[in-house]
Amino acid sequence: MVDTATGGSKTMVLNMGPQHPSTHGVLRILLELDGENVVRAIPDMGYLHTGIEKSCEDKTYSQAITLTDRIDYLNPLGNNLAYCLAVEKLLGLEIPKRAQYIRVMMVELQRISSHLVWLGTHAIDLGAMSVFLYCFREREEILKIFEFVAGQRMMTSYIRIGGLALDLPAGWRQRVEKLLKMMPSRIDEYEELLTGNRIWMGRTKGVGYISAEDAVAYSMTGPTLRAAGLAYDNRRAFPYSSYEEFQFDVPTRTDSDCFGRYMVRVAEMRESLKIIRQAVDKITPDGPFRTEAAGIIPPEREKMKTEMEALIYHFKIFTEGFSPAPGQAFATIESPRGELGVFVASDGSPKPLRVHFRGPSFINLQALPKLIEGKLIADVIACIGTIDIVLGEVDR
Amino acid sequence: MAENSNQNTNVVVERLRSWSPNAISEVIEFRGETTVVVPRKVLREVAERCRSDKDLQFNLLSDATCVDRYPLEPRFEVNYHLVSIPRRDRLRLQVRLSSDDPSLDSLVTVWPGANWLEREIFDLMGIRFNGHPDLRRILMPEDWEGHPLRKDYPVEGYRDIPSIATRYTRNRP
Repeated sequence: MVDTATGGSKTMVLNMGPQHPSTHGVLRILLELDGENVVRAIPDMGYLHTGIEKSCEDKTYSQAITLTDRIDYLNPLGNNLAYCLAVEKLLGLEIPKRAQYIRVMMVELQRISSHLVWLGTHAIDLGAMSVFLYCFREREEILKIFEFVAGQRMMTSYIRIGGLALDLPAGWRQRVEKLLKMMPSRIDEYEELLTGNRIWMGRTKGVGYISAEDAVAYSMTGPTLRAAGLAYDNRRAFPYSSYEEFQFDVPTRTDSDCFGRYMVRVAEMRESLKIIRQAVDKITPDGPFRTEAAGIIPPEREKMKTEMEALIYHFKIFTEGFSPAPGQAFATIESPRGELGVFVASDGSPKPLRVHFRGPSFINLQALPKLIEGKLIADVIACIGTIDIVLGEVDR
Repeated sequence: MAENSNQNTNVVVERLRSWSPNAISEVIEFRGETTVVVPRKVLREVAERCRSDKDLQFNLLSDATCVDRYPLEPRFEVNYHLVSIPRRDRLRLQVRLSSDDPSLDSLVTVWPGANWLEREIFDLMGIRFNGHPDLRRILMPEDWEGHPLRKDYPVEGYRDIPSIATRYTRNRP
């Protein structure tokens, strides 16, 4: 696999991973080193490949939702949303506004919790232990909201085709308000610990630079692209789930190094809080939480007791599933890591012909050699952290 | 919003048609998405045109994927999802391949980001990309046999895995 670039005279090959803690999972990188300098880096993955795309073909459209949770395990709600948007596009379903706002609120909470995990682990990789503890403290509060709303902390499967699994429980507003009140000062705390910290700046400023042209050429999206100066955000460019009704900024930087990406993500957390604030105000106490479509969306329990048709549909949905018209649909959302796309092809049967996930981790990781080749081995850790990969999504 | 994107895509199709009448063999409009079916021979030229043309500017390759329509022919559909960041537009390029020669030109020279996406399709679907700089398996082990996402590949795989019950009884005297 490796034939050394310089003829093997001066360089050595170092195997980093797959059990290395700073690779955030099971990523293996073959490093060809000249002293402390990286001459060449070859990422090798697939250790976590579970064949999710193949499994989806063997399930009905609704059953496959539980698999989407497990792709990017720091962003299960986002995965649910992307998959449901693709299937809804295939079916041509309209989702009630209230359900869309709830989706937005949940996905933005998820974005904050994902960025918190990123910040904590990135900081601990670079030697800042306490930030990790602070980040996980706040993440816990967000996971508690998920548990309260969806019944699960992580693999929520809360967003379903046509809307949501359940309506919001009584008392959700107080909990989210409490979080909204708490978070801004907590984000200030992280910034106080890191932004002006000389060690942090030394480890991140000027490290892992990639030009805007290269970032686009390597199909990078998300905070990595925005730190290079391009304000490409799916929520703005191709609004979904009523994002066009929300006021928020798309933070960008031009330094395009690890520090710039850190600043972009921290700013994104603040923007997410703004969006959640607006969503909380938009969500009415009463209203539909999923659309009505006979044969696709399960009928209400009460109707099943009185209406024969509802009972038949209920039985059919849970035994056979529903069959969208033949065709293909590609839906994208802005996940915390970048553009998450789901491609669904139907041949008119109750099971998808093909489901494909465009994982931003997988594609952003492709540029890793570009970031680290010619740089010091100590910076490899910072660069792996800065692209924010989730190996579940890389390998699927 | 929908009208606007529709107009844009018409511009794309017209632009490609005016450049070369052979560039497009079919245009599919479905649920607001435009799919341009391209003959295999001209794929790289069309892709290069999509990226560099000032009126198209599809500078980002979002995704590449493949659909297996076994046992129908042409069996494989390779889809490239393009994004134009400046024009806020999307386009899908599709190439259809028959099962006796599933190969097409690689687009790594047009978008370097196609590298891993095409490796993934090669790994899981067994499509060959001519001119790809590094066509190796990416997710499956290097010595894996077969291409798991093909429809004639069983979900359980080919390898014979003994059930827990047989393993348990085998070890007992």
